[in-house]
Amino acid sequence: MTLNSLTIAAARDAMRKGEFTAVELTEACLGAIDAADALNAFAHKTPEIALERAREADARLKAGDAPDMCGIPLGIKDLFCTEGVATQAASKILQGFKPEYESTVTSQLRASGAVMLGKLNMDEFAMGSSNETACYGDVVNPWKVDDRKLTPGGSSGGSAAAVAADLCLGATGTDTGGSIRQPAAFTGIVGMKPTYGRCSRWGVVAFASSLDQAGPMTRTVRDAAIMLGAMAGHDAKDSTSADLAVPDFEAALTGDIKGRKIGIPREYRMEGTPEAIEKLWAEGTEMLRDAGAEIVDISLPHTKYALPAYYVIAPAEASSNLARYDGVRYGHRATLNAGDGITEMYENTRAQGFGPEVQRRVMIGTYVLSAGFYDAYYNRARKVRALIKRDFDEVFAAGVDAILTPATPSPAFGLGEMADADPVEMYLNDVFTVTVNLAGLPGIAVPTGLDSKGLPLGLQLIGKPWGEADLLNTAYVLENAAGFVSKPSKWW
Amino acid sequence: MSTIDLETARRVAKLARIAVPDDNLPQLAEELSGILSFMEQLNEVDIEGIEPMTSVTPMRLKRRQDGVTDGGQQAKILSNAPDAREGFFAVPKVVE
Repeated sequence: MTLNSLTIAAARDAMRKGEFTAVELTEACLGAIDAADALNAFAHKTPEIALERAREADARLKAGDAPDMCGIPLGIKDLFCTEGVATQAASKILQGFKPEYESTVTSQLRASGAVMLGKLNMDEFAMGSSNETACYGDVVNPWKVDDRKLTPGGSSGGSAAAVAADLCLGATGTDTGGSIRQPAAFTGIVGMKPTYGRCSRWGVVAFASSLDQAGPMTRTVRDAAIMLGAMAGHDAKDSTSADLAVPDFEAALTGDIKGRKIGIPREYRMEGTPEAIEKLWAEGTEMLRDAGAEIVDISLPHTKYALPAYYVIAPAEASSNLARYDGVRYGHRATLNAGDGITEMYENTRAQGFGPEVQRRVMIGTYVLSAGFYDAYYNRARKVRALIKRDFDEVFAAGVDAILTPATPSPAFGLGEMADADPVEMYLNDVFTVTVNLAGLPGIAVPTGLDSKGLPLGLQLIGKPWGEADLLNTAYVLENAAGFVSKPSKWW
Repeated sequence: MSTIDLETARRVAKLARIAVPDDNLPQLAEELSGILSFMEQLNEVDIEGIEPMTSVTPMRLKRRQDGVTDGGQQAKILSNAPDAREGFFAVPKVVE
């Protein structure tokens, strides 16, 4: 086994024993990254920074002052501001932007000794489910079953592909409607969206501020627990970050879920879901039952309204957040023609800088917030959101500890296959994940099987607010029972 | 109820400060209409007496003293500007 294919937990333990150094581990990852340009997962490579931090980590390891993430090489989604390192949210409008500051999440990872390998490709401004909207070009899924190149999912597609292809031991992702969990499921890895407010949003390029949440993308549940511990915590710079103690997530992995109540929501049985996914869901249910959990049928009656509510709220917030890209303070500015004033500068800068999906969402958001439509769309959607949250509140109040659902309505599809589809068809990728963002809950995608062609499929577990520790433990049980060990065979 | 006609598409683009050439307006109007009709499903929901959601669990926003906590970073703030001169962001003339 090569060093870059180790889990975070295994690498941590081995480095503490002195079996290899952080520099050796980092070099293995850098080599794998350079050999994987065909995947297009890394948009900006930072080998010098990586080696410098690896040397610092080795010094800490030697001194016996090594936190869990010390010396662990990570990929960082391009949405996180990284000091002095290009941060573009995969958009032309942020061409050349090098932040003078570091996001709280990446600062914390850095403080814990983690090594940044570079910035990961993603959908532009995290808007997309296939990583086909990036200004860097498409990311290619390392999983391949025929001649087609497959999507790794989105928006954290570079993160998912990099972790699945062993280019890094873990990666940061962000999840606004499913952007961690859907790509995790498409690439056979673990992806967790924590409770809204668990990780600081400060320094993360904003898409929809009431929904955005950062989380870990890793090869195992244990690794997700370790990495989340380093990412989470209160931050005075984010007023929505929760002032709650961060539990020891790894210590919560007892493997014991006896007596836990797992809800199976009937509204998630949707027409057109492939049989393989129905079967996977039924098998996952049995695995949890065999582990001693009590399985109960539950109802989340407003589920079908989650997607339309999301596609009002998220674009509305995006149109407001993305108003800051005006060609004045950072990034791209359109070349002015004679006689152009400031309005032309704004309009041309934004037309050149934003890709088609971002433009569409900004305009939808502008429309639903405009005079005369605010109540009809935006306020109505916010009230429906409250009802979606109430559905979950009632289920948890009735004693349910976690909810099991499919993670995605299909396995990974081919790049370009949705090119002629209606934008709404692409939005349906988020059908099982978006409710969790609207309600602010923690959710985790766990790889549990392969479809008939050999593509990975995942299940999603949804937990109570601030119940990540318990949720990770349930995910750990599911992971062990499913015994998913498949890896993509290297073609790149 | 709502389809977006060319004029509305033009107005939305203007409000969003995104230049859309006339030739692209029909397609834009059609796409926006498609998305809006997807949203129409929300009209089926009874929202009588429901307050919009504000937080995941009841949480009071933190307060702090209303004082200066940061500053003196002019060079850093201007470092990414496409056009900065003499300590300012430069833009085309706004006032005649």
